[in-house]
Amino acid sequence: MRHAGRLAWALTGIDLDVAPGERVLVTGASGAGKSTLFAALAGLLDPEAAEVGGELAVDGQPPAGARDRLGLLMQDPDAQLVMTRAGDDVAFGLENAGLPAEVIWPRVDDALAAVGWRYGRDRPTQALSGGEKQRLVLAGALARRPGLLLLDEPTAQLDPAGAAVVREAVARAVVARGTTLLVVDHDAGPWLPLVDRVVEVREGGLVEHPPGWAPVPRAAGLVLPAATAGPARLGAETAGFTYRGTTTPALHPTSLVLRAGTVTAVTGENGTGKSTLALLLAGLRAPTTGAVLAADPLAVRGERRPHRWRAGDLVTRIGTVFQQPEHQFLTGRLRDELELGPLRSGSGSATARARAEELLERLGLAPFADANPFTLSGGQQRRLSVATALATAPAVLVLDEPTFGQDAATWRELVTLLAEQRAAGCAVAAVTHDRDLVEVLADAEVAL
Amino acid sequence: MTASLSLGPAPDVPLSRINPCAQILAAVAVSLALLATLDAVTPAVVVAAELCLLPAAGLTDPRTLLLRTWPLLLGAGTLAVVNVVLGDAGLLGALGIALRVVGLALPGVLLVASTDPVRLADALTVHWRFPPRVAVGSLAALRLVPLLVAEFETVQLARRTRGVEAGRNPVARVRLVAGIAFTLLVGAVRRAGRLATAMDARGFDSGIRRTNARGSVLHARDHLFVAGAVVVAAAAVTTSVLAGTWAPLFVGG
Amino acid sequence: MSVQDRPVTTSRWRTVDIVTTAVLGVAFGVVFILWNLVNSAIALVPPVSGVMNGVYLMPGLVAGLLVRKPGAATFASTLAAAVSLLASPYGGIIVVYGLVQGLGGELGFALTRYRRFGWGTAVLAAVTAGLSTSVLDLVLYYPSVSTWGVKVPYTVLTVLSSVVVAGVLGLLLVRALARTGALSSFASGRSRV
Repeated sequence: MRHAGRLAWALTGIDLDVAPGERVLVTGASGAGKSTLFAALAGLLDPEAAEVGGELAVDGQPPAGARDRLGLLMQDPDAQLVMTRAGDDVAFGLENAGLPAEVIWPRVDDALAAVGWRYGRDRPTQALSGGEKQRLVLAGALARRPGLLLLDEPTAQLDPAGAAVVREAVARAVVARGTTLLVVDHDAGPWLPLVDRVVEVREGGLVEHPPGWAPVPRAAGLVLPAATAGPARLGAETAGFTYRGTTTPALHPTSLVLRAGTVTAVTGENGTGKSTLALLLAGLRAPTTGAVLAADPLAVRGERRPHRWRAGDLVTRIGTVFQQPEHQFLTGRLRDELELGPLRSGSGSATARARAEELLERLGLAPFADANPFTLSGGQQRRLSVATALATAPAVLVLDEPTFGQDAATWRELVTLLAEQRAAGCAVAAVTHDRDLVEVLADAEVAL
Repeated sequence: MTASLSLGPAPDVPLSRINPCAQILAAVAVSLALLATLDAVTPAVVVAAELCLLPAAGLTDPRTLLLRTWPLLLGAGTLAVVNVVLGDAGLLGALGIALRVVGLALPGVLLVASTDPVRLADALTVHWRFPPRVAVGSLAALRLVPLLVAEFETVQLARRTRGVEAGRNPVARVRLVAGIAFTLLVGAVRRAGRLATAMDARGFDSGIRRTNARGSVLHARDHLFVAGAVVVAAAAVTTSVLAGTWAPLFVGG
Repeated sequence: MSVQDRPVTTSRWRTVDIVTTAVLGVAFGVVFILWNLVNSAIALVPPVSGVMNGVYLMPGLVAGLLVRKPGAATFASTLAAAVSLLASPYGGIIVVYGLVQGLGGELGFALTRYRRFGWGTAVLAAVTAGLSTSVLDLVLYYPSVSTWGVKVPYTVLTVLSSVVVAGVLGLLLVRALARTGALSSFASGRSRV
């Protein structure tokens, strides 16, 4: 079985031939066209909306015709799982193929074994972690016995542990069946042990990297402004949190101090309560044991506990950036998003507008000032959500996984931005899995 | 409330052994009797029979039962009062209407307590030729509900970080909830699009006739169940006619 | 561009049509569960209770305006009712309600041949849906109340509620969704209205 693809982008052509059994990594910066390549190969491009110049063939046919010989694995596991029980979900693809039940179930068991599934057919899909969900999706793809596995950033929404689960499952499956593999991912490093070839999509064409190539570390050559530690702004004093109705604490009593001009990284495995701590620091939840207290200059009419502050007061003191930027979008225009915070905390509309302009320029979002926030790319949305937190010039900034799923260029931008905030005297707390971020930026680390 | 949002596998109660299609047919048979008349005797007989099935559905604890049915009881009560006060039904007529509401509702309660959406979808597609793509599409969407519910809280907290919260003002409350609901809806519609792509990648739109991996079987007990329901309906009607209280709906209403 | 889009070249349902309609149905099903609680708590009586009915007609209208295919309104409305059955014990009859309400909305869309999806159609479909549900209600649950004192005002209020909540608010909702770019696979996301 032979695969060949050639796409013309603007002026230059992309030539890529993938032989059966080969494992290829397609890498490159976000927005360079990797996902379009994936969509084209998967037969997902809308013929009305996209133009394909040149020749594109999978297994000797146009991609749309070869669809049933392909297995796809994409980013969001919850947008790929169909059924509520593991076995049923894997069977879904086989039901679509019109196979009788006697043929389906052995293949389901086969596919589950091929990915290293440990739970059995009846495991509810809701209870699974992100990595295990992706493992299950992979089993579903494998059950149809594809000749080519196409993966599009399958670990983008997972933490390091989950990402490792997925890579292990892919390795297992590919080795066992000799399936041809094409992985599209901006984060090349972790895939290198698994693939035979690495190609990079750049503006103007495709670059094939020689064996032994390794990506440039994203922190290489990064120069960040210096900062000096200032007074304490916010502290947790043996703060802990237990959800109502449960007995085990989600967060064990933890103490830390956030000082002006410093970045504190909060790290730890899944389940140790990092995100819960972020919620406590951000004044979104009240600790069930201990206390979270702001320094006196930040207190609102003598009240030092952030969770008791009105939202309008909270916004000028503590800025929070959630893992998923979309959750924080409120309006239909970027400009309005940036003006909202200042307006809500009592600034006049002229001040708010000026502040919004300034931030738009500073973060390179000026061309999108009138666009709907939901239409931005992932990296742009992330920048927007940081910008909205900064709009009210808070003394403390709390971020939950700020570098999640970002490619190298955006990563550097964000890190620089945070360093600048630190230099300006902000107290930054970042909950993160990202060791690079911790090494480059953190002045203090709190390991849960 | 979410505890009763039963999306998990069917609980193992005696009534689970009856095929969902049989349960639906039984409900229809009984409902026809209930809808045909306005008197109090017919629904009384039907409700009595339905109540006998409650233990078979595992609904024996009065507190759980009340928790599941209080809106129904309240609604039935209000309905009775309304028809007495604003209408020309006597007390007995009002009782009949209230019983009718309960009689129509109980089969649904029983069904929900004894089956799960996947089994129901399987039964409908296998026995009644329900379009399989519609059934599976519905199951896929249903799977997303717990995720939406969890996201609601996250989005509410996210609102607070933007300076938006409701406090005590009911109008502000409504606006906040509407805003959160909209954000959730955008996310849900987008996810639906991506899910559709993933389903197509697994052959959903191939045009091949779908099979069902789990299947659904009808046993003798299912036919007996439906027969029993018809008997109950007939008995209710007969009792009413014999008691002279039969009041057909569309005659001299 | 005018209100009228290019005619739908195929009324075959794509997967994205099925899943999106299903998601709308399910989302509104959850809304129904909450609205049922509100209804029970407020315990209004007819004819005034008619004003609460608009919400129940939303899935049909929104799905019809968004997906723009025959059957969308019925599918979404029935599924929403079925989902509300999971946590609100009004019984199997609620599914019949969903079906009738959906068909009522469907009638409005059918009257414009599934070609127009602007304000006129939204209001028309809302009216037909409102009529269908009030007729069902009156026949099933309020057979013995006075016609002019209760039945007519109830119908009027239900239809008004439907027009405002399901029709107007529904269309605004679809347009707001379109502006976020979430409807790029649909004609409703591309039409410049």
